[in-house]
Amino acid sequence: MAVSLIRRGIRGVCLTSWCYRSNVGSRSSRVSADFSQHSPGSLRSDDDGGSRTTPSNSATSQSDEDGPAKDPHEETVDVIFVDREGKRIPVKGKLGESVLYLAHRYDIDLEGACESSLACSTCHVYVSTEYFDKLPDPDEREDDMLDMAPMLQENSRLGCQIILTKELDGAEFTLPKITRNFYVDGHVPKPH
Amino acid sequence: MYAGGGEWAGSSGGVACVSVQCRAQCGLVFAMAARCGGMWRLPRCPLLVRTVPAARRTGSERRLSSKPQTPQICIVGSGPAGFYTAQHLLKHHTQAVVDIYEKLPVPFGLVRFGVAPDHPEVKNVINTFTQTARSERCNFIGNVTVGADVTVEELQRAYHAVVLSYGAEDKRELGIPGEQLQGVYSARDFVGWYNGLPDNRHLFPDLSSETAVILGQGNVALDIARMLLSPLELLRKTDVTEPSLEALSQSRVKKVWLIGRRGPLQVAFTIKELREMLNLPGTRPVNDPSDFQGLGDVLKDLPRPRKRLTELLLKSVEPPGEKEAARRAQCQREWGLRFLRSPVAVIPGDDGKRAAGVRLSVTRLEGSGDKAVAVPTGETEDIPCGLILSSIGYRSVPICPDVPFLPKQGIIPNTMGRVHGAPGLYCSGWVKRGPTGVITTTMTDSFDTAQALLEDVKSGALNSSDPRAGASAIRELLLLRGVQSVSFSDWEKIDAVETAQGEKVGKPREKILDTEEMLQVASR
Repeated sequence: MAVSLIRRGIRGVCLTSWCYRSNVGSRSSRVSADFSQHSPGSLRSDDDGGSRTTPSNSATSQSDEDGPAKDPHEETVDVIFVDREGKRIPVKGKLGESVLYLAHRYDIDLEGACESSLACSTCHVYVSTEYFDKLPDPDEREDDMLDMAPMLQENSRLGCQIILTKELDGAEFTLPKITRNFYVDGHVPKPH
Repeated sequence: MYAGGGEWAGSSGGVACVSVQCRAQCGLVFAMAARCGGMWRLPRCPLLVRTVPAARRTGSERRLSSKPQTPQICIVGSGPAGFYTAQHLLKHHTQAVVDIYEKLPVPFGLVRFGVAPDHPEVKNVINTFTQTARSERCNFIGNVTVGADVTVEELQRAYHAVVLSYGAEDKRELGIPGEQLQGVYSARDFVGWYNGLPDNRHLFPDLSSETAVILGQGNVALDIARMLLSPLELLRKTDVTEPSLEALSQSRVKKVWLIGRRGPLQVAFTIKELREMLNLPGTRPVNDPSDFQGLGDVLKDLPRPRKRLTELLLKSVEPPGEKEAARRAQCQREWGLRFLRSPVAVIPGDDGKRAAGVRLSVTRLEGSGDKAVAVPTGETEDIPCGLILSSIGYRSVPICPDVPFLPKQGIIPNTMGRVHGAPGLYCSGWVKRGPTGVITTTMTDSFDTAQALLEDVKSGALNSSDPRAGASAIRELLLLRGVQSVSFSDWEKIDAVETAQGEKVGKPREKILDTEEMLQVASR
């Protein structure tokens, strides 16, 4: 699991020590690892971003903590999550990490069922409009998965595919209020 | 939405604060675990679950150490609905104990037995489920059939709350003459067969016919079409079972028709699966452009998902470019969608035993969009074929006579997961809302059920003031009844054997097909 997150979401930076440890003995991590070469996240990680922080530096500086970024030298952006209750949670994101990964670091309730492999839409977020336009266009496969997301909007994206850049400083990521009012909102799962 | 969560749900800020404190100590101070909601999640606290053998405490030890008001909750079924319900309960209540009962010796339900072998990325969700199962407040109790080995009533006596998340294990019948003929299979059985479901391991479908007809146009229908048409070298790298792979290697199926009662605007499959089909190596689509006439005009009024799906369908019947035309010319296998056709009979062959074709009633649509209804025109059409797979949906069945059930809808009557007229009883997943939707849908509705349950704990609607024995009481019953239950660490032994077997042949795993063999491995 950690392998896939690192390869896909973190673009080669931030190999925190817990990532390594959590992978040790995790037999099931093989599921994702075997197929990680097909992930667009990993493909994308080579062509944009990724080099903005020093990999070796962040690998050691993160030590045992997976919480808020601590390294004063690490480049960060200030972004805001708006959780499913409407509560605004300002956080510091590291350049090059995915919004899904960032949410996990701050214990924000964003699932990532398929572990950034574009096989689900559980990390669906709304991006504040002015920042939405700054994002690279979604991969066709991201669009395919967004089509499955309950409460899809114009500014919907998958959190696992949004990679933090300096341009996103100030961005807001809103979690759709999918629980509770799921049916009230008229979304009806399509029958097979 | 999480209103009423109070001290259990906590504010996100509060949770983050506690979590930081835990992270700093994790692996060192085990006692922190019980106090930290959310700490069972591996990405946030890996050391906790990896380094603490005491996570396998038994129910009786737990009973001694926990306060009387600790909510004891059990879940019936270990598929996505069960695990997502458990995940939410454990995360948003800092003390609740959640035990997951499973009929089979192995966990994960349709993630293991339903998701297509060539969709391994969907199975990544197993990693999260595994973290849940490894929580010190969660027990997986496999090889226990609720309704046979223990009753729901017995579970209700042992737990404060019982969540039914047992899914939809039955198939919907076609209800047409000839359905019992050889060569006719339900999608459920076929999927169970190639995915190693113990009940279906002796299916051995007859794949000697060149034409296969799949009745249904959902994602399961496309999964089956892909399994029938995929090049073997692709399947060999998946966890498809070895006997299935062997049978598929002998298959003569070259053409697959997917039949729908309604039109292209009503197909139930989703765009990812259609795209996969269109790109399947060695296989070409043979759709009839006339079926799609006029669709371009309605595109602009369609909601985005339907619009993109229809655009892709339209693209598939456009004249292909040079490269695609060359590719299609090389293909040995083909598939196509047939619309406005409803099965009326399976036609027997000369021997009267085997299927030789399917008779379809030609239909027309009344109404439009999702609500359009197929009405027979009186015309029929026969398709000669020796393999017919009915993929018209799954169906839930009642688990115990005393649990309310709506046979027509195939669901347990409920409001937000609270079973009607049965305090302490909840449901989530397909048995709650019907057998539709993707993993996101099940996740959401399971979280909803868990939230309803937690609200009931808080409000007192769920009586949790008297202590309940939980798993220890049920284990005593199982012992008396001679039922060997399987723990999560037992499953991990099975998992280790399966992955080791798979590794030998370059597959992610080679599933054990026999429950007896699973149990033998578990008891080593």
